[in-house]
Amino acid sequence: MKTILSLWVNGRLREDAVDSATLLVDFLREQVGLTGTKQGCDGGECGACTVLVDDRPRLACVTLAHQVAGRRVETIEGLAENGRISRLQQAFHEKLGTQCGFCTPGMIMAAEALLRKDPDPSVDDIKTALSGNLCRCTGYVKIVEAVQAAALPGCRQEAAQ
Amino acid sequence: MNLLPQFDFKRPQSLHEALAALTKEGAMAIAGGTDLLPNLRRGIGLPSQLVDLSALAGLSAVERQPDGGLRIGALVSLETLAESPLAPDAVKQAALGVAGPTHRAQATLGGNLCQDTRCVFYNQSDWWREGNGYCLKYRGDKCHVVAKSDRCYATYHGDIAPALMVLDAKVEIMGPKGTRSLALAGLFQEQGAKHLTLEAGELLTHIVIPPQAGWLSAYEKARVREAIEFPLAGVAVALKKEGGKIAGLRVAITGTNSAPLMVPVDELIGQVWNASAAETLAKSVRKISNVLKSTVSSVKYRRRMALALARKLTEALWIKAA
Repeated sequence: MKTILSLWVNGRLREDAVDSATLLVDFLREQVGLTGTKQGCDGGECGACTVLVDDRPRLACVTLAHQVAGRRVETIEGLAENGRISRLQQAFHEKLGTQCGFCTPGMIMAAEALLRKDPDPSVDDIKTALSGNLCRCTGYVKIVEAVQAAALPGCRQEAAQ
Repeated sequence: MNLLPQFDFKRPQSLHEALAALTKEGAMAIAGGTDLLPNLRRGIGLPSQLVDLSALAGLSAVERQPDGGLRIGALVSLETLAESPLAPDAVKQAALGVAGPTHRAQATLGGNLCQDTRCVFYNQSDWWREGNGYCLKYRGDKCHVVAKSDRCYATYHGDIAPALMVLDAKVEIMGPKGTRSLALAGLFQEQGAKHLTLEAGELLTHIVIPPQAGWLSAYEKARVREAIEFPLAGVAVALKKEGGKIAGLRVAITGTNSAPLMVPVDELIGQVWNASAAETLAKSVRKISNVLKSTVSSVKYRRRMALALARKLTEALWIKAA
């Protein structure tokens, strides 16, 4: 049954008629039209659908849209400011943290959640924070380097040693 | 994955409303949803109504009790639990061992304790299970793990239950008949298709850990990879050492049976930890554990890991306590 769902998506308050059995990933992709969030394993095993809900990471494929009513949802599309990609996105681009790109939105959102909580994470912190996100192309090294590059100087020094 | 079945969705603002909503025939509670939703998408379960607990106040804190113990709300996320300076070592280690970091930010302690049992013949798509004629746990009449069995042998793979059990934790439950409290071990029974002793309409609200003065605890799980993995075998140990002897010992196992189980260790109390004590402990674990072909990993490996982890953790705590 459809009922009214009101929530914040990338800083804008929305109201939609949403079926009770709609997953957050389907709501974002099909109803809001934000296809940056990817549908991967569809069972919470790969992290491709990671979004932020009130600054913490959340798997949109194992979350019902109505479960996040009234909360602040952020997707990869919400990171750019004034038409410019964020520092973290730029780092993924420059450090070649992206290959086929399918895992990238989830990787970036999981990394964004980490950096908001801890702007100066250790390499191990980064690896732990991304341990729920699978990438089949890169071997992860470039992804970790990208997050290091976007973090504060402390982390970059540690990486250089 | 299937589409989700149709259900009503309720988001009660108070415990009273939540309990009322759960009295509806076929109603199920949902908190984080990381265990329930993948199952529903595989055609496992047809709830008439999902009762979302996430708006309930008063169930999201880890609080120190006047007696020095802890009272933990069932909606505390595993991330919060793992980061809490109040959490005993075993609980912290168990919480950190669950799935991946995003799951832990989403999943709740109550949901983790009440998670469904698992089996290689059960956690599959609808067409896969249909090809097998389903199974005793859901929609079928045959157990593919133990043929000719009249009970389901799906395995309990929760990490945190054994960690809390060795701390002698109790759970508080609210339901249509009021509030009750019982030892956490009493929440479970060894029946894969009905492993929780919760009655219809009941809700686990709090977990209470008594004061732990003098006790050390630890949890470890055997796993194939370091993230997003249920325990192939998991062991929690709590040890109290006094005057060079074992003054108190509790051991619990998970990933081996249809319920997390306390291992009987009474004969080790008052003893010194040495090779013969380690053998006694291993015998106890071997006797109570019942590892069957409910995962794709080898039965022998899981069985041996349960023994090895029990000995290893007890030894480590014994040395640490010196």
